[in-house]
Amino acid sequence: MSVPHKVGTVKSKQATNVKAPVAKVVKAAGKKKDEEEATDTAEGEEWMPGKTLVKPPDQLDLTEEELNEEITRVLTANNPNAPQNVVRYGFKEGCYKPIIFVDQMAIHFELEGNLVHKESDEGRRLMAKQAEREEGTGAEKLDNVAKAGEKERKLTNQFNFNERASQTLNNPPRDISCQTEPPPRANFSATANQWEIYDFYVEELKRREKSKEKQEGQVLNKEEDKSKKKIIQAETQSDDITQLAHAAKIIERMVNQNIFDEVAQDFMYFEDAADEFRGEKGTLLPLWKLQYDKAKGLSVTALCWNPKYNDLFAVGLGSYEFTQEERGMLLFYTLKNSSYPEFIFNTTSGVMCVDIHEQLSYLVAVGLHDGCVAVYNLKKKSDQPVYNSTASSGKHRGAVMQVKWQKDDLDSNHNFISVSADGRVVSWTLVKHELVFTDIIKLPATDKVPDDLKDVIATAGTSLDFHKQKDYHFLVATEAGKIHKGSKYYSSKFLETYDAHFMTVSRVRWNPFHPNVFISCGWDWMVKIWDQTIKSPIFTFELKTSVTDVAWAPYSSTIFAAITNDGKSRDHA
Amino acid sequence: MAETGDGKKEDADYKRLQSFPLIRHTDMAEEMRVETMELCVTACEKFASNNENAAKMIKESMDKKFGSSWHVVIGEGFGFEVTHEVKNLLYMFFGGSLAVCVWKCS
Repeated sequence: MSVPHKVGTVKSKQATNVKAPVAKVVKAAGKKKDEEEATDTAEGEEWMPGKTLVKPPDQLDLTEEELNEEITRVLTANNPNAPQNVVRYGFKEGCYKPIIFVDQMAIHFELEGNLVHKESDEGRRLMAKQAEREEGTGAEKLDNVAKAGEKERKLTNQFNFNERASQTLNNPPRDISCQTEPPPRANFSATANQWEIYDFYVEELKRREKSKEKQEGQVLNKEEDKSKKKIIQAETQSDDITQLAHAAKIIERMVNQNIFDEVAQDFMYFEDAADEFRGEKGTLLPLWKLQYDKAKGLSVTALCWNPKYNDLFAVGLGSYEFTQEERGMLLFYTLKNSSYPEFIFNTTSGVMCVDIHEQLSYLVAVGLHDGCVAVYNLKKKSDQPVYNSTASSGKHRGAVMQVKWQKDDLDSNHNFISVSADGRVVSWTLVKHELVFTDIIKLPATDKVPDDLKDVIATAGTSLDFHKQKDYHFLVATEAGKIHKGSKYYSSKFLETYDAHFMTVSRVRWNPFHPNVFISCGWDWMVKIWDQTIKSPIFTFELKTSVTDVAWAPYSSTIFAAITNDGKSRDHA
Repeated sequence: MAETGDGKKEDADYKRLQSFPLIRHTDMAEEMRVETMELCVTACEKFASNNENAAKMIKESMDKKFGSSWHVVIGEGFGFEVTHEVKNLLYMFFGGSLAVCVWKCS
């Protein structure tokens, strides 16, 4: 805003007193200025189309003369805010004295600088510090300089930097808790007394002595082992496996019984409605077919039921062909499990006959094709026979055709009798670990053989049977067709001889009920029933083919069954 | 009198002769059983006169080897009924007159 104006400039002149308060003047000046401003704007806009003069409401109304009066203004260097009548107490005079000189400086703006003169002390100090710093970083900077050529040093500013931060995504936390099952617990209680401890020690010592004895002795008593195991309660792996075997066996039997359920029912109760129409004849229903893979190629040569366990029977396998390979098996089947044999024994040569002891049903005697006899113990787990006859211990020179257990002798040793193709009837006794043989009798040679050769060529015995009541009487049938009745105590001669058949007698059996009657069958197609007192047969049956086996029915004295070579079985009454 | 006295002495000697460690009842695994039995024998022989220290030794060793919270009782005349973790109990006799019962239950 410029004060001098063309039209209507007002110059106010006021006599200013130095000591007078300046505030009024300022205010007045302010007002005037306001006026001037108002008129200025009014004047500035006068050349603009027709605006009327606007007067502020508190403007002094002055006449035109007064308006044109020139007022001079004087600018002085006096500070209007500075106090003009300052008094100070003077101790010298003891009264207030006015101070004439008052500071007139009014500070409008103040800024403290940080420039330091080079030559001053502080300046020199700072220069020295800077020099040190530069020396320290001089080496690097020299390198940089050397590398990049001439470079100006960059002064790092502490206050000028960038801060950057970032946060990766954190997966939200989740609570999971779990409780394991506590280990299983059991209760146990006992009492610890002096006498209990003592008793237990004594028992233990006894047990140890017994076990020492047993190691020297023969048979191990399994019950004691079990009781030992109970006390120690050591769980070994073998126990687990045997228990598994036992369970598996039971399951196998159950499965088999389920499969063959109908057959088992037939076994128990077999009533064929067609029987009524057949008249005298009945029907024979084959129930089970028992097969064993490894026994293929072997023919069944012997069968024997177990007297104690009604469903267990023994099968002897061998071959009738003498030129075939020597191999044999002894199998035990049970009707409860018709798919697999219970016990399997491999023998060195074909089995010809099997017999199971009446009382001790685990003792099995077998006669082999090579003339050996062997005794197996079913209770033992081993595959080997308990007793075996060897060449030195008097084995037969021909195939053993029949073996039969006898009652225990006076020394309570088990014994059995065998008859074989070499014509000898031998009694074997089980003594400790050996088989001791005793020749009972030798079959006499046939008449056809010339006298000098009678001792050499023997007649083969084919069948042997002992009387049910009189144990010492036995019947021996021969290949020559004769049946001899002999006695165990009478070793040189036979009691009786019957001319039974023209060809080999394949089987002779006593009647289980009638003390005098026996039956025989031979390859000459005939089955004959005899009374031992009469030399000729009571009954004779002619079947169309050679008869290989005949047996009495165990429940009736008048029924027998016969098997012929054409594969048929007949029951006769 | 002298004879009966000797008889008694023999009896006692006889008992001492059978001082081998004898397991009365256990359901531990084989290895654990053997180790524990040996430890008990060692402890009882070491602290023959002080059952408490023997028991302490057994308990601390068992805790270190097989995990926490084993309990051990050693004595000549006591009865007990305990709940134990299955396969972690040993009850044995030793020295003809000492009975040791070791079980785990946390």
